Amino acid sequence: MLTTPAMALRFEVLARHNRARASRLTLPHFEAQTPLFMPVGTQGTIKGLTNDQLEDLDCQIILGNTYHLALRPGADLLDSMGGLHKFMNWPRALLTDSGGFQMVSLLHLADITEEGVTFQSPVDGKPMLLTPEESIQIQNKIGADIIMALDDVVKTTTTGPRVEEAMHRTLRWIDRCIAAHSRPNEQNLFGIVQGGLDPRLRDICLKGLVARNLPGYAIGGLSGGEAKDAFWRVVAQCTAGLPEDKPRYVMGIGFPLDIVVCSALGADMYDCVYPTRTARFGSALVPEGVLKLKQAAMATDFRPLDSSCSCMVCKRYTRAYLHTLVTKEAMGSQLVSYHNVAYMMQLSRDLHNSILEGRFAEFVQSFLQKQFPEGDVPEWVCSAMEVAEIDISMCCAPQSRIAKMQV
Amino acid sequence: MEFAVRTWSAGARLGSLQLAAGLQVETPGLLLLTRKGLPAFIPPDLLQNLHPDARACQVTPLHFLESPNATTVAKAGGLHKLVSLTGFGMVAVARDSLMDESNGEGSSKMGASFETSSGRRVVGPAKYMEVVNAFKPDLWVSLPDEVPSWVAEKRNRLSVDRTLQWLDQCLSLQPAEYGNRCLGVVVGSTSLDERIRSAEQTATRNVAGFSLGGFGLGEDAAQRAVQMEAVLTKLPKEKVRHVSGIGLPEEILQAVGAGIDVFDSIYPFMLTKGGYAMTFPLNMENSQRSFDSEPTGEELARSGGDSAKINLRSVAYRLDNAPLVIGCKCYTCRKHTRAYINHLINTHEMLAQTLLEIHNTYHYLEFFKAIRHSIKLDKFHDFRNWFTSTRQKSGTPSPSKSRQ
Repeated sequence: MLTTPAMALRFEVLARHNRARASRLTLPHFEAQTPLFMPVGTQGTIKGLTNDQLEDLDCQIILGNTYHLALRPGADLLDSMGGLHKFMNWPRALLTDSGGFQMVSLLHLADITEEGVTFQSPVDGKPMLLTPEESIQIQNKIGADIIMALDDVVKTTTTGPRVEEAMHRTLRWIDRCIAAHSRPNEQNLFGIVQGGLDPRLRDICLKGLVARNLPGYAIGGLSGGEAKDAFWRVVAQCTAGLPEDKPRYVMGIGFPLDIVVCSALGADMYDCVYPTRTARFGSALVPEGVLKLKQAAMATDFRPLDSSCSCMVCKRYTRAYLHTLVTKEAMGSQLVSYHNVAYMMQLSRDLHNSILEGRFAEFVQSFLQKQFPEGDVPEWVCSAMEVAEIDISMCCAPQSRIAKMQV
Repeated sequence: MEFAVRTWSAGARLGSLQLAAGLQVETPGLLLLTRKGLPAFIPPDLLQNLHPDARACQVTPLHFLESPNATTVAKAGGLHKLVSLTGFGMVAVARDSLMDESNGEGSSKMGASFETSSGRRVVGPAKYMEVVNAFKPDLWVSLPDEVPSWVAEKRNRLSVDRTLQWLDQCLSLQPAEYGNRCLGVVVGSTSLDERIRSAEQTATRNVAGFSLGGFGLGEDAAQRAVQMEAVLTKLPKEKVRHVSGIGLPEEILQAVGAGIDVFDSIYPFMLTKGGYAMTFPLNMENSQRSFDSEPTGEELARSGGDSAKINLRSVAYRLDNAPLVIGCKCYTCRKHTRAYINHLINTHEMLAQTLLEIHNTYHYLEFFKAIRHSIKLDKFHDFRNWFTSTRQKSGTPSPSKSRQ
């Protein structure tokens, strides 16, 4: 017997293009437009950018990492401060992850059992345990608009019975998460679809999560190491298997190309450290791909990062000047981060608006032509766009089309 | 460039410095410290609204010897355009306050020796002016041979001679259409005779004003006061006076009292880097109230702060929901709490520095505003005495002070 759980969001699809959707996602703190990218503010801040700047850039939802926040400043402190929104004074929406992924990827000797994730405390080495209940309790204290279930996540390169074990455990844990969630009217618990690259396992997980009738769903386990051709197929399967009227969040995706493809396949939300992290290494996101500002050629290039970008950095600075700052001055990091976030938010707007205005196919074509001016669109993108029913033949050079035919 | 003194109070002067069309700076005034032309942590969109007086920056050509270099600046159309601060005053100063203080070693007739981020470099007038001319600054300080207070007499005399030679060379390398934008540097270290010689000679050159060099290099406050007075009596009163390397509030007050108009100070930056927020009281009327509600000197000391600043790293601020300074109107104090900044510092987040630099710069600019206000009311002497007394008062723990 299913009870309809309380929801703290409203999701309205405003327009479609085949599988792609432009929607309005109304959360307790903010009314957002999807598809959208969520910058990651790991410890309650996005590297060097102020809240005013983030609002200027149109950021709608920001991610906070439960693992880091529970360590510092601590869940109870945040609770006593009225939650993370008040603590960092962010008026818009927040999303927290479960803490599980960081533990598995960051911690030495992390181990997963039926109870939860056991690990060594990074502070004093004591053995600790993060259970589904505990993860939800911490997230209840942090107070984000969207919280994530604790899932048993395995690397996509893992094979064998471990993958199936993790998928089934994820389903058992979702019930514990639901039971532990004390603020369903204020915070939306999203379930995460696992199952590795195995369509059979993914299908079981999809059905199991959909049956729980959650406010929203994430597609997990897809942000490291897997072949792109496998990646898009899992996304396509999951978006097809998830309900139409609920938001779909692909976790850990930040390359613009990946976001465009996933949006074409029917996903709505994305997060990744990539744009801000790559900024600190001197890489700027531009329509053609990535601009590596440290290269010697940049020293005499007096163009802005991106002539089509209207952000503060592109209006004021040249590649030549930014070249002198990146990796040497904190300001370099701040300015390129600012631009990269601007780029991602512009991409989000472009996706939403082009679907809304019935020109999504043209947008995708234009995007691909700028990224692949020689027409060398990767195979996996072509396959994905076929499934998405978007014609990108004009983006692919004749030679590559012929090469495909010959295979 | 135009400068005019409007009024005096006990040696301190209130003036206005017209740096460019539509850019007037009231003096005594503070130049913001920069690295490669921009503040360390405050990007231009935040700088615009930082504070009404945040309108002029100090920039050192030493940051423009390699990357960027003079060619980069020239190609961009000048410094203002390169760093996108048109509408700001840019004052070129030789000294890089953020690196090692020059000790005069390694300097030769070829140029002054400086520690830069790409190693030690010798910079002569030609190289210096190549960068300065590429800048097209609103004001520029000539290239000095600065020496610390402990050098021998002979070396000191040489530094005065060289500084004058280099001044003349720099002036000859300035394009005629610039007009008069040079601040001639007066050196001479602790020798009063040399200081006077340097001042008198520099005053004969066609300069727009003067920069008192060789300070903040090991001399004590008493020595500095004597040297400054010796120099300033020899300089024409109607021309602007600048000094580098004078950082602390008391040092600023002493120099203002001697007759200095323009400062660049490392103090806000140093506090920011250390995780401190400037908190010293700014006006006499409110100070009594603020002392009743602020922690005692002992409590401050335990958290690593003092009457001038609080140490945001301290666990004392973990739960503190107050702004850095109650009543402060800066961006940081309007939007954020001590607890949040404490968290940012302890998690090594860059935003901590941005927020602190905004507050510390704002607070120091308010300090300068208070100084000017006291001069206007002819109460500078009182203000200086009051300020010095506040520093002494809360330095000592007072267990008998009851706080009911």
